[in-house]
Amino acid sequence: MLRSLRVRISQGRQYIGDLRTAAPANFRGMPVIADVACAPACRACADACPTHAFVALDPVQIDLGRCIQCGDCAPVCPEKKLTFANACHTAAVLREDLLISAHRPAPPPIAVSTALQKQFGRSLRLRSVSAGGCNGCESELNAVGNVNFDLGRYGIEFVASPRHADGLVISGPVTRNMAESLQLCFDALPRPRFVLAFGACAISGGLFAEAPQIERQFLDANVPILYVPGCPPHPLTLVNGLMDLLGIALP
Amino acid sequence: MPPPPYLVASSLTPLSHGAFVHALRERLDAGARALTYFGAPLADGVIELTALLQDDQGLAVLRGHATGDAGLPALTVQFPQLHIFEREIHEQTGLPMPGHPWLKPVRSPVAPMGAYPFFQMAGKEVHEVAVGPIHAGVIEPGHFRFMCLGEQVHHLEIQLGFQHRGIEALVLQRPLAHAPALVETIAGDTSIGHTWAFCRALEAMAGVTVPDEVEIVRAIALELERVAMHLTGLSGIATDIGFLQGGTTWGRLRTTIINLSMQLCGSRFGRGWLRPGGVRFGIDAETARRIPDVLAQFQRDMRTVSALFETSLSVAGRLHEVGTVTAETARELGLVGMVARASSLDLDQRVALPGRAYTRLPMPHAKQLTGDVWARAGLRIDEIGRSVVWLQQALAVPGLDAPPLQAIGPLPPDTLAIGVCEGWRGETIHALQTDANGNLRHFKAQDPSLRNWFGLAVALRGNDISDFPICNKSFDLSYCGSDL
Repeated sequence: MLRSLRVRISQGRQYIGDLRTAAPANFRGMPVIADVACAPACRACADACPTHAFVALDPVQIDLGRCIQCGDCAPVCPEKKLTFANACHTAAVLREDLLISAHRPAPPPIAVSTALQKQFGRSLRLRSVSAGGCNGCESELNAVGNVNFDLGRYGIEFVASPRHADGLVISGPVTRNMAESLQLCFDALPRPRFVLAFGACAISGGLFAEAPQIERQFLDANVPILYVPGCPPHPLTLVNGLMDLLGIALP
Repeated sequence: MPPPPYLVASSLTPLSHGAFVHALRERLDAGARALTYFGAPLADGVIELTALLQDDQGLAVLRGHATGDAGLPALTVQFPQLHIFEREIHEQTGLPMPGHPWLKPVRSPVAPMGAYPFFQMAGKEVHEVAVGPIHAGVIEPGHFRFMCLGEQVHHLEIQLGFQHRGIEALVLQRPLAHAPALVETIAGDTSIGHTWAFCRALEAMAGVTVPDEVEIVRAIALELERVAMHLTGLSGIATDIGFLQGGTTWGRLRTTIINLSMQLCGSRFGRGWLRPGGVRFGIDAETARRIPDVLAQFQRDMRTVSALFETSLSVAGRLHEVGTVTAETARELGLVGMVARASSLDLDQRVALPGRAYTRLPMPHAKQLTGDVWARAGLRIDEIGRSVVWLQQALAVPGLDAPPLQAIGPLPPDTLAIGVCEGWRGETIHALQTDANGNLRHFKAQDPSLRNWFGLAVALRGNDISDFPICNKSFDLSYCGSDL
């Protein structure tokens, strides 16, 4: 009993009070593109990028849906125009909202969906399916429910059965070997239901977009309602995206 | 000097298939252990075979050639530690393996995946339980088929491959500069372990030597990863047995450690930290002074919760003599890493092949004797303690500010380079082979999970189905690392 109390005292208060304003120190969350001209014909950043996230050059445009935050682009830029910020308000409702540039440095703020708020704003049950995920995304999805982020406080929880779920959270690029199981799992969700893409692999195929072992038809047929970028995304990126979309604890 | 954790060999003369099998058998009979064994198809139907062996002298390589017509007599019956390698060679190259008892696919799709003919049992009151690929938690996919009599499991057959995304081929197709990012996702919870093994192989091949201090920063990254993932595993075991204070407290302590990694390199998983030629982020003197205070507090809290766990009778009652793997079985099956150490084997590459970091600051070998879930949990508690003490010493080493990355020049032709790193699960092995022009023509990555999955199947024999979650969590194997 005394030992148990000692553990409880050592635990202290761990939860993050205001999830919206929390800013993880030194998190390499989002590229920041300085508004300076590129060296003529330079494509050093694009060549260094393992996921072809530089979709346009001069002016540079980065697709956060492909960016894996590796940071390999920053040191090769001769103009030193690429840095990274600890942003975790980067989730987006539309795929094209993930395109950023010097003039549009972040995805636009997410507007509350009144329909989703009405259906899921006070209780949301999610089923996670890893389809080729490397356990980075899965670890961060688990962290969403831990004592620090504790998303359960807003009625958002991961459940075991798809029959109990409102939404399917996909991580990983969707391998051919998981395509059938993913579809079966989604078919078991009662309506209304939705799909959420968590991480660069799920959003765009990420590092594996060109691999023949990837089969992404499921995501073509079931367009996600929320894209959470990163490799892996910080738990707060999902938390902020969901809270904004569902209108939870609005400031 | 202890032998190095890498091996470079140029212009190896391949043995004919008969001589190769003979030599391999001879070396294994003499007590060597196979670290990896793989095949690569060459022109004209020739399969190039590479076996990496280890004995007291360090690493040694055997190279052979075989052809599809003749095949290669399997050695699995005599040396069960080779079973997964021979299955993989057969799958990746099509080489016939006469005499192999069980050429079950490792990761290639059996179309459809669900149609695979599992082992079956017949008899009254015998039944099967199929679980997965999708499981109840937030976890990667894999299929488990339990063959049971009542609650008791006679055998567990594990079907993997659901995560197969072709990472080895991608590394060869893409520019070398993109390889580290790919390697970091072989098993995303072992980003450092895999990337360090890759760096060791590539740097050895290119003849690049990084400063000792860079090696120490890499080892700091590796030990932080080990502590974090051991805490994840302990937290999982605790939650699975309803020991909730362990679940939440170890989980919270893990947050402290992965946030330390983030402070040092920008990622909670060590992404982007290690690169061939050095590290992208060093540790400045002020940070190195500050972290030990965080670790000291961590250590106090860790001891408090671990003491509660280790003295709780209900915890002991649940974990003792469950999922036991004897030392003999572990050795025979070629189990590695913490699973092998929990079964009392002396198998830690930080001790056998310490490299410069662990030569300068040795890591004491941890082990347990009983090979059950209790031993695997206890080993992880023990290793966390040792790693934290080691980290305190390492952070006192001056000059951890990293110099800029050294350039990796053109690679030598016809060269094999292999790097070994003791990640938190066990030995992680990367092999690179260049062609006559110095371009990479073969890449082999091996996560320790590849070898340990069969250990989990064997551990469950004679246990109850309800023991599976804690057995699984105590092995804590990677699906994607095995599936590649």
